[in-house]
Amino acid sequence: MMSPVPGPESPATGAAAASSLSPAAPPLLQLRGVDKHFGAVQALYHVDLDLPAAQVTALCGDNGAGKSVLTRCIAGIHQPDHGEILWNGKPVHIRGPRDAADLGIEVVYQDLALADNLDIVQNMFLGRERVHRGLLNEDSMERAAAETLRNLKVTTVRSIRQPVASLSGGQRQAVAVAKAVMWNSKLVLLDEPTAALGVVQTRMVLELVRTLRDHGLGVMVISHNLNDVFQVADRLAVLHLGRKVAEGPVADFDLQSVVQYMTTGSAHR
Amino acid sequence: MAKVEDELGRTALDEEVEPTAAAEIAAPPEILAESLGEYIRAWGRRVAGGESGALPVVLALVIIAVAFEIWTQGLFLSPQNLVNLFIESMVFMTLGMAEIFVLLLGEIDLSAGYVLAVAAGIAGLLVQKPGPNWPWWLAIITALVCSGVTGAVWGLLVSKLHLPSFVVTLAGLLIMWGVMLVILGNAGVVSISSHILVNQHVLYQIVNGNIPPVAGWVGLAVLSLLFAGITISRDFGRRRKGLVAPPPGLTILKIAFFVAAGIAVVAVCNVNRGSSLVVLAGVPWVVPIVLVVLLLWVVLLQRTKFGRYVYAIGGNPDAARRAGVSLAAVRTWAFALAGVTAGFSGILYLSWQGGTSTNVNGGQYVLYGVAAAVIGGTSLFGGRGKIAQAVLGGLVIGAIYNGLYLQGVQVQWQLIATGLVLVGAVLVDTLSRRGTLSGSATRI
Ligand SMILES: Nc1ncnc2c1ncn2[C@@H]1O[C@H](COP(=O)(O)OP(=O)(O)O)[C@@H](O)[C@H]1O
Ligand SMILES: [Mg+2]
Repeated sequence: MMSPVPGPESPATGAAAASSLSPAAPPLLQLRGVDKHFGAVQALYHVDLDLPAAQVTALCGDNGAGKSVLTRCIAGIHQPDHGEILWNGKPVHIRGPRDAADLGIEVVYQDLALADNLDIVQNMFLGRERVHRGLLNEDSMERAAAETLRNLKVTTVRSIRQPVASLSGGQRQAVAVAKAVMWNSKLVLLDEPTAALGVVQTRMVLELVRTLRDHGLGVMVISHNLNDVFQVADRLAVLHLGRKVAEGPVADFDLQSVVQYMTTGSAHR
Repeated sequence: MAKVEDELGRTALDEEVEPTAAAEIAAPPEILAESLGEYIRAWGRRVAGGESGALPVVLALVIIAVAFEIWTQGLFLSPQNLVNLFIESMVFMTLGMAEIFVLLLGEIDLSAGYVLAVAAGIAGLLVQKPGPNWPWWLAIITALVCSGVTGAVWGLLVSKLHLPSFVVTLAGLLIMWGVMLVILGNAGVVSISSHILVNQHVLYQIVNGNIPPVAGWVGLAVLSLLFAGITISRDFGRRRKGLVAPPPGLTILKIAFFVAAGIAVVAVCNVNRGSSLVVLAGVPWVVPIVLVVLLLWVVLLQRTKFGRYVYAIGGNPDAARRAGVSLAAVRTWAFALAGVTAGFSGILYLSWQGGTSTNVNGGQYVLYGVAAAVIGGTSLFGGRGKIAQAVLGGLVIGAIYNGLYLQGVQVQWQLIATGLVLVGAVLVDTLSRRGTLSGSATRI
């Protein structure tokens, strides 16, 4: 944790090896019967979900279906009322974002949480700056940030020392993702990564998601945009009013069935 | 399939390579330019696009200087008056530095002017004889610690109880005003102008004592070498390692500016401003002292985690919180440091005036401090600004104050003129912020 690997190369090979060599290995993260309520609102009912390594799992659902609550349960911001979370097959208690980060879970929230006035390097290292004799070690941070961006094939930024305010929406998303995968992370959760983007930038972000998968990371993408989902996902799960109503390889679904699951909770196939 | 995707990806990337004009403007030219010429062109585009940086304040200084020079028929730019101007500006500069600590967070400290007054009172009273007769350095430290604790209290109220800093420090202004009246007592005055009492004399000499002219030149030479050495080794070192670095021409230009400014200051201060009988020449001690404080604060804000978090909180508090930054701790420390710096300007005030009294107008001083920061280019909205900007801003305030005073213009016009300049500075701040905001909105 404290000695971040500059590129996602090393976690990648490890995770990829685990998933390809032993097909029987459990998924990276599993939810088993997770319940979560807020007062009278039951946000999640007995949700089971698998998030395997080296695959992109899309989480779909209408507004209020519970996607964000589910994400926050995995990120340790909410504690499930019932049910368990398994990490590599072993039950874990994620009591806060720190615990999640220690396991290798990083979340890219919809608002990205970037400081516009700071540059790319400063944002990527925010809260985990490298220090040498009490002073910031800018050279080392800049090199590591540049290498991570290179590994993610993010080559469009003119200078890594640009303030984030000067970046396009897609570039900002890329910086937020790069910030998340800097830290030896194994599972990245992306909340609506393309919601605010145009066509070109959406393509760039989807490409980035594929790169993460190719590096062996588990990825969960929340999206309303089913076009994006079908372009990038390997697996698909649908939440409807807090219940998981469908889950499986993306080939088992088509646009129409997903829409039906999202709106009615069932589909006629 | 993978190939196609790859190509899709690549076209997507290619389309993005040409940055928008807005992005061009928002990025500082020194990190994009490869040569000095390119830097100057990029800088020109930025100025044309409304991101003017230090240009307005430098222009303002030049215009003010020329106008007053004509109006006062050569008095304004005389060496004697320029030294007075430097000295007067020191209080505005340091108050501006104090404000920048909290302005960067998007907060404000309205109590700084009366914190100055109380610090001056404490330090002055502690070196009285008969009285405590403390050593001068202990008097200074005590005054600074009291100022820092005061600032920390405002900071705790703001960060723990989530009270608006405007209200907390407005209350602080009144409280410190009262404290000043209490500690100065019935007499309402304290003087440190004794030449016999060492502790008073040392305090007095901070602003009124001068470095021997030769020592001034030697000091400048040493400083210039240090500055050049550090700048070159850093910029060229980063260039060699393939890291982002300014073009070599710019590095040289920076050093040239530093040396030229240093030579100008030392030369002006070394002119005899006494008489042919009593020579009075040399750089006032306060100049290097303020320089050291400036350097300390620059390192703190630009090179440490604390400074990075101050900027992060000013830019996006949520991002900072999620990154694990303790907002309350950083805010409290920033207010404490603003307090210490305001206390330091109180020491300078005490030294400059040879004492202090209940007449110190802390309400006006704090506004001059905020004005110095904002005129220098620090944003009232948080996240943007540099501590060194207080130097230029303080000089502008000092120049207006000094020039109108020279001309015998009454105090009401000084207030009006300073107010107008402040409005102008806030206007520039707001417009450039609006420019960036609309710029980023179109880019998303
Ligand atoms: N912190 C909270 N307190 C109370 N209710 C909440 C909270 N967070 C979410 N909810 C409720 O849980 C349900 C699911 O919300 P959410 O997960 O945000 O939906 P979405 O799928 O659109 O992201 C909604 O009915 C919402 O009102
Ligand atoms: Mg949501």
